[in-house]
Amino acid sequence: MAMEKDLSPNSPRIRKLRDTSYPTTPTSRMNTNNQRDNHYPNIPNSPRDYNYTPSSPTARIRHRRRSSENLAEVNRSNVSRVSNLLLGDKNKYRSMWIRTCSSLWMLGGVVFIIYMGHLYIWAMVVVIQIFMAKELFFLRRRAHEERRLPGFWLLNWHFFFTAMLFVYGRIIQQQLVNTVSSDRFIYKLVSGLIKYQMVICYFLYIAGLIWFILTLKNKMYKYQFGQYAWTHMILIVVFTQSSFTVANIFEGIFWFLLPAALIAMNDVAAYFFGFYFGKTPLIKLSPKKTWEGFIGASVATIISAFIFANVLGQFQWLTCPRKDLSTGWLHCDPGPLFRPEYYPFPSWITPFSPWKGISTLPVQWHAFSLGLFASIMAPFGGFFASGFKRAFKIKDFGDSIPGHGGFTDRMDCQMVMAVFAYIYIQSFIVNRDYSVEMILDQISRSLGHEEQKMLYEKLGDILQHKLQGRF
Amino acid sequence: MQKEIAGDAPSAPTTRVRHRKRNSDVGAGAGKPNGNHLLVNDSKKYKSFLIRAYSTFWMIGGFALIVYLGHLYITAMVVVIQIFMARELFNLLRKTHEDKQLPGFRLLNWHFFFTAMLFVYGRILSQRLVNTVTPDKVLYRLVTSLIKYHMAICYSLYISGFVWFILTLKKKMYKYQFSQYAWTHMILIVVFTQSSFTVANIFEGIFWFLLPASLIVINDIFAYICGFFFGRTPLIKLSPKKTWEGFIGASITTVISAFLLANIMGRFLWLTCPREDLSTGWLLCDPGPLFKQETHALPGWISDWLPWKEISILPVQWHALCLGLFASIIAPFGGFFASGFKRAFKIKDFGDSIPGHGGITDRMDCQMVMAVFAYIYHQSFVVPEVLSVDKLLDQIITSLTLEEQQALLVKLGQMLQEKVIGS
Repeated sequence: MAMEKDLSPNSPRIRKLRDTSYPTTPTSRMNTNNQRDNHYPNIPNSPRDYNYTPSSPTARIRHRRRSSENLAEVNRSNVSRVSNLLLGDKNKYRSMWIRTCSSLWMLGGVVFIIYMGHLYIWAMVVVIQIFMAKELFFLRRRAHEERRLPGFWLLNWHFFFTAMLFVYGRIIQQQLVNTVSSDRFIYKLVSGLIKYQMVICYFLYIAGLIWFILTLKNKMYKYQFGQYAWTHMILIVVFTQSSFTVANIFEGIFWFLLPAALIAMNDVAAYFFGFYFGKTPLIKLSPKKTWEGFIGASVATIISAFIFANVLGQFQWLTCPRKDLSTGWLHCDPGPLFRPEYYPFPSWITPFSPWKGISTLPVQWHAFSLGLFASIMAPFGGFFASGFKRAFKIKDFGDSIPGHGGFTDRMDCQMVMAVFAYIYIQSFIVNRDYSVEMILDQISRSLGHEEQKMLYEKLGDILQHKLQGRF
Repeated sequence: MQKEIAGDAPSAPTTRVRHRKRNSDVGAGAGKPNGNHLLVNDSKKYKSFLIRAYSTFWMIGGFALIVYLGHLYITAMVVVIQIFMARELFNLLRKTHEDKQLPGFRLLNWHFFFTAMLFVYGRILSQRLVNTVTPDKVLYRLVTSLIKYHMAICYSLYISGFVWFILTLKKKMYKYQFSQYAWTHMILIVVFTQSSFTVANIFEGIFWFLLPASLIVINDIFAYICGFFFGRTPLIKLSPKKTWEGFIGASITTVISAFLLANIMGRFLWLTCPREDLSTGWLLCDPGPLFKQETHALPGWISDWLPWKEISILPVQWHALCLGLFASIIAPFGGFFASGFKRAFKIKDFGDSIPGHGGITDRMDCQMVMAVFAYIYHQSFVVPEVLSVDKLLDQIITSLTLEEQQALLVKLGQMLQEKVIGS
């Protein structure tokens, strides 16, 4: 790109060099143009030389640009040398202001949606997902090949739709059973859809596969297979985390809000700690990150996890699970995790502090481990995304959010955290009996209402006999 | 490509030489149809035909032995096939030059493979594992806690692989490493989806594994034979060896043999009984309504011709018809996908483990699509038909402990009550 720009005779750079090349003696040349580098002796005398020896001036210019880029890189990576400069640099303040503005807007929007409820949060997750998928689909597309394959991009969205039906169908399966029971026809339609959900999704997928095979064009095989694999990877990445996020939401907004808030907190704290104290770079992949920022943010995140859990755990709107798809207020018994426990301080502390004891919710200890993961492991999602951008030489995934890049840039750590939160909740918090769940699943899927009642009565009889037989 | 060979001969000597070489290339491959003369007359074909037939017989023989031995051995065979397939596919896109600069990168592939195996087989075999271990011993508690934390264990293994990958990213090799990472994921997904569904089918009853697999084999063999004898019009650009005649002939044969095979296989308890635990002994069970013979009286105009007045059909044969239809019409697309893939990346075969056939992935490409369909079909259409209140009750009483049964009762009551209130 540098060569194209520089070889055109009317470009300002060439014109500048041409103007400054008229003096013939090296010293005068150096005096007139302080951008010249001393190391290149064969400075051209006339514009004709540009066409004749294209390498030297452009190489010099490239070298100059590369060295200035190097300087910027050194600036960026070794924050210590320029940390004072950073604080005083107007450009940095402007970009920080833009980032803060858009962060505040995003924060406001999220708070509003949480106030609205579970369904709206779900809708927000779906919208974010669509934007992420669009960004990622566009990334690896090459315009030249796309023109020769009309309708190929439609295949991506077909697979997207199939994945959405599959993933959310499973989640709806449990919730919808309890909701839709008024209108007989809709109930039958929906329960039929749910019963055969797997088959429907499979046939949609196979239809997409066949469509893909039938549109394979000679000499474009490699591109098409590459796109196919790319589509699958995107859909897996996007849908795993969003399905786990939605499952978390229906367990209680707390379990969605806390991990997301921890990641945001970690990001913000890392930025500020790096801003003020950053010296040693953390990892080659992300030159802006520093060890001071990392450690400071870890400490801040863990402490705030503890505090957030206490604050958030007081609201029933956040802690109650949602069993159906309604949108009204929730009242429930929040469970043993959210009942405060009082720990009185030992006697040697009480003279020092005004409080006699501290009341914690048991959930705060779980929040502790969530905070630990958020500060130590979740940044690796960010490193992965940085490495990916470096590997494929892209600066940002998109440009939807000013100052931050695209949606994927914001969501990269959130994705890792959402998956961990889901697995943590399913393994350590919710008491889940796998075999009972499996059989309940089979019962609800295969038996009709009357048969379920019959099963219930028979099982009740058997258990009663067993208990009586014991005594 | 057939049209070129059958059509005008090019004039220039170089193109003619190329043309003739293409022609003899056609001869070296097995079963490529020609517009003008049938394959049967080419003597070189018979040699490759013999090699293919020989290795086919060996494979079928080994397979039959393993089916005789039982569910666990079939699962072991599936796992071994899976390991070989994964190895072939891992080796495919690796570039030795880059690999030398990244020591230990191959180990990452196998780490993810091990994690995937733990995850997939843990989910499928967890219930059977619990049934195998008696409730009194220490082993039971170990097994149940392993199952409870199964997801967490697999996730931590995966995350450690992920972190390992990020920490070993080397400058200037980013693109290669990311592509290898994506390639690993795709391979593992493809290999493990189909093998997990295969194993799930096996434990539902060897019938549900054997029938789809044999239908695919029959479809392959008859497509080859029909194409050999009658093949003229090419089917699809991707696989020039396939013909419409072979396709249609194989479809009809597959559907008919599905009907017959289901009848034959459905008589053996060894094949139709599900396996509830991980033992290896003989199975005795009530096979269920699908495998009980029903006699249908033949309508008058057929019984005049044939000596039989009525035929006995197992209800499962109608299901087998659907399986046969899928195996003949849609499963070949798995083969087309593999052919297109080989063309895209300019490889001739996935490997060379099997003489005459190429690698194991070449044999398993259609089987993979079929295994997934068989599992989904079984779960969606066969299980609801077969499952009755009594059967579920039996299952509950035998596989759950008393506390779990009581918990189930309570939850079921809640579910029913919510439904009643809702409506």
